[in-house]
Amino acid sequence: MKNELLFTKSHEWILFSDATTAKVGITDHAQHALGDLVYVGLPQAGTAVEKRQSIVELESVKAASEVFSPVTGEISRVNEELTDNPERINESPYESWIVEIGGITDREEMMSTEEYEAFCAEEE
Amino acid sequence: MELKTGLYNCHLAAGGKMVPFAGFMLPVQYESGIIAEHNAVRTKAGIFDVSHMGEIFIEGEDALNNLNNILTNDFTDMADGQARYTLMCNIEGGTVDDLLVYRISSRKYMLVLNAANCEKDIRWIYDHLSGSAVLSDVSAETGLIALQGPCSEEILWRVTDSGNIPGNYYHFIENGKVAGVNCLISRTGYTGEKGFELYMPADKSPLVWNALLKAGKPFGLIPCGLGARDTLRLEAAMPLYGHELSETITPLEAGLRFAVKMNKEDFIGKSALKSNPDFIRVGLKMNGKGVARENTPLYAGEKQIGIVTSGTYAPFLKYPVAMARIDARIAEIHTKVEADVRGRRIVAEVVPMPFYIK
Repeated sequence: MKNELLFTKSHEWILFSDATTAKVGITDHAQHALGDLVYVGLPQAGTAVEKRQSIVELESVKAASEVFSPVTGEISRVNEELTDNPERINESPYESWIVEIGGITDREEMMSTEEYEAFCAEEE
Repeated sequence: MELKTGLYNCHLAAGGKMVPFAGFMLPVQYESGIIAEHNAVRTKAGIFDVSHMGEIFIEGEDALNNLNNILTNDFTDMADGQARYTLMCNIEGGTVDDLLVYRISSRKYMLVLNAANCEKDIRWIYDHLSGSAVLSDVSAETGLIALQGPCSEEILWRVTDSGNIPGNYYHFIENGKVAGVNCLISRTGYTGEKGFELYMPADKSPLVWNALLKAGKPFGLIPCGLGARDTLRLEAAMPLYGHELSETITPLEAGLRFAVKMNKEDFIGKSALKSNPDFIRVGLKMNGKGVARENTPLYAGEKQIGIVTSGTYAPFLKYPVAMARIDARIAEIHTKVEADVRGRRIVAEVVPMPFYIK
């Protein structure tokens, strides 16, 4: 299986490292819409999550937002670095993973890069 | 359909992210983002398009008497070239708007109104005018640019004669020339920083905008949007109509006693104003990292004691702050309350306002 970025309609990206483990972040489109991020409220590692469940709180200067889990599984790691440096998400959204989820048993429908770009263009 | 200010194309050229606001298309931010724009104003300079604001003239023999009756401040001791902040109350003491009054001459005053309230204000003032006084609305043909920040005066020197720069806060020069355009140059602003506001014919505003951008570039001046305007005024704890003020919130509840002259013989709303209101405006410093935004409920234990009226992350201070309307009995400095941010309780402390002092 080729490791490639997948995307949700709520603007998360997902990168699978194996069939049941994946990192999750927010897309460039999402960070742009939110503007300067100032707070990332991370969940605890070990938390069980359902797909479409809100797992992370985000605050930018102008708005509050959430990250939804694209999968059902368990939070295996969180990117603690973002607690003190939320602006990393603005600077490099695809390198700034927010959580890693393991033991994935279910996932929502996801888009390829091309599909996601088309989706964003349509939303504008 | 939203209106465009005279600077619409300048915003597009500068990469402004345009949003509808108070009936106008205005930039919420530019490429550099709200934090960079905010900090440019605190440390260097920024310019804002505030052409959406309303401007009207009240002229005539009885102009002064009318202002003193319709508005809460006292204008009798004003000199030509002075500006004064005031509130306008309804009969119940609630706030119709907050505005600036410029004395052009003893029989001619300019009033600057919030864009969203412009129509309402004009109707209210018109309905209460008496004697010899005429109201004229010049909002549509007037452009307004705010130049704010510690470098603002040096930048202004480069585009006008020194005689056109008012030396004192809340003073103005009526017929200044900036980049060849006739401007009213006022030493006022909504950022808590040194700065100026320039009123000019709307169709000439791009000339002034571009001249300021060019002259300001070596100083680090950048264009700033509505987002930074809001965070700057919040850091400086300045009220915003629709948040800290409304038709049901009195100026005294909002802590604006300095602009309400209870010793004046009379003014609309005076008899309804309670000197010791049950609810007052306070400043809050959030102890957690979360931001308590407008309408966040505030608690003392299980009892709700108030509500957040504006809240943001303060980009220069680097912590979240808020203004709130709370029970006056617990409004003492250092009191701790809890903000319910989407189910999570965050401790907030009542602190003195403004949060930021230049």
